[in-house]
Amino acid sequence: MTEFFAQGGYAFYVWGAYGMALLLLALEIVSLVRRQRTILARIGRLVRMRARGGEQ
Amino acid sequence: MGRSFLALLRRDITLALRRRTDVLTTLFFFVIVVSLFPLGVGSEREVLRLLGPGVVWVAALLASMLALERLFAADYEDGTLEQLLLAGQPLALLVLAKVLAHWLLTGLPVVLIAPLIGMQYYLPQTAILMMMLALLVGTPVLSLIGAIGAALTLGLRGGGILLSLLVLPLYVPVLIYGSGAVSVSTIAAAESQPYLFLLGAFLVLALVFAPLASAAALRISLE
Amino acid sequence: MQLNWFRFAAPANFYPLAGRLVPIFGVIAAVTVLIGLYWGFFETPDRLGGTNPQKEYYRIIFIHVPAAWLSMWLYVVLAGWCAIGLVFNTRLSYMMANAVAPTGALFTFLALWTGALWGRPSWGTYWDWDPRLTSELILFFLYIGYLALHSAIDDARRADKAAALLALVGLVCVPVIYWSINCPDPNQCAALHQRSSLTQMEPNILSAMLTMTFGLWMYSFASAFARLRGIILEREAESTWVQELVAPASREAIR
Repeated sequence: MTEFFAQGGYAFYVWGAYGMALLLLALEIVSLVRRQRTILARIGRLVRMRARGGEQ
Repeated sequence: MGRSFLALLRRDITLALRRRTDVLTTLFFFVIVVSLFPLGVGSEREVLRLLGPGVVWVAALLASMLALERLFAADYEDGTLEQLLLAGQPLALLVLAKVLAHWLLTGLPVVLIAPLIGMQYYLPQTAILMMMLALLVGTPVLSLIGAIGAALTLGLRGGGILLSLLVLPLYVPVLIYGSGAVSVSTIAAAESQPYLFLLGAFLVLALVFAPLASAAALRISLE
Repeated sequence: MQLNWFRFAAPANFYPLAGRLVPIFGVIAAVTVLIGLYWGFFETPDRLGGTNPQKEYYRIIFIHVPAAWLSMWLYVVLAGWCAIGLVFNTRLSYMMANAVAPTGALFTFLALWTGALWGRPSWGTYWDWDPRLTSELILFFLYIGYLALHSAIDDARRADKAAALLALVGLVCVPVIYWSINCPDPNQCAALHQRSSLTQMEPNILSAMLTMTFGLWMYSFASAFARLRGIILEREAESTWVQELVAPASREAIR
């Protein structure tokens, strides 16, 4: 197990590379999910505002 | 068609010469940038001789780019550009006229001033001549490709910086072969031949395709 | 059958389809990447000998090469959608191009980062003006240029078309740029980045690398479609189907 993490002493390079990959992909996924929610919420607010405004 | 080309060319040059400071500022920018490098990296002969070609070319790129903003801006602001679009002449030809005017006023002076720069960088005579030749062939390519960027960023805020970002990557081949031509000329003038042929090829391709792309970009920006 | 495909050129119709596709591609991607990683880390030799000896750090290849390949492929995809948009004047094509661009830029950056970390132990330096790394850097600038131009223009139509033209100009220039960096001396073209070609690679390494490439490619489908959904919503916010989608009960609630 420790051998796997050590990667022959090159842990910094190997995990530095894969770590960045994981980080970027995770960030992208999270940002896409959050963005979808924000857009839906924003449009929802707009629609409801207009509906209420129309009633008045 | 030929007459409208010449008319536009003459008009652009006349207008630019009326505001001579614009033309001269670009030239002085080039000279200043080139003169700053020895102050930064030290004035050892050998170092400067090695750096010379690259520095001159980078400065030429930057100077060309500075002047690109003005290529279409003035005409865009006063509505002339729209008229050019509506005119019956092929837009690509009119763009070519404007680009030629731009090059005569910014690229050509750089070519003519190259010997002075060559002396600053202790370049041998063959290298200086080769530099002039390479700049002569290469700077029009910069103007042609730059026109596409200028047309795309017409009227945008932050246009100048954005223009640089868009256009500089496209300048890379000219930079590599242009400065390469000068560097190898120190070995033998004949060594530069393939470089010059490549630059020539770029020029021909740019002459054919860049005005068309710029014309398309102008239509997109003005609709 | 033909009619069916064109139906999806309308954002309203593609939106739900994209919604169903995202999880499918996402799952395929996750599974394939995990298989690829396992294969790459546990089924391959720890060290490589031969003309180009490499130690354990060579395992970065399983992320570096796929990222680099995808960064280039996604640029082609980007330019392709831009071309379709310019020719057929279809909104969705431009939206698709916009959806692909950030993921492409991400892979380009990743290729540069992992390349640097691979370069340090193997060549001794994080950065080298190696032709491939340098052209990858230029590719990164091309992506950034596309994104910057698009966001600098307020009018959506003009932004779409201008960025599309830029992408196509970039695509045409990429081979020239790559060739000029690779061959700065036309008298003799220098030897390339990696001497080992695909056929000389140990089969397990090659397979793991290809698996990772496929997995990340599936991921890029998923992320592009997910982003596309957001773009469609934003652009079509004023249309009835979006408003119905977002607040279908709004009419009921008011009453």
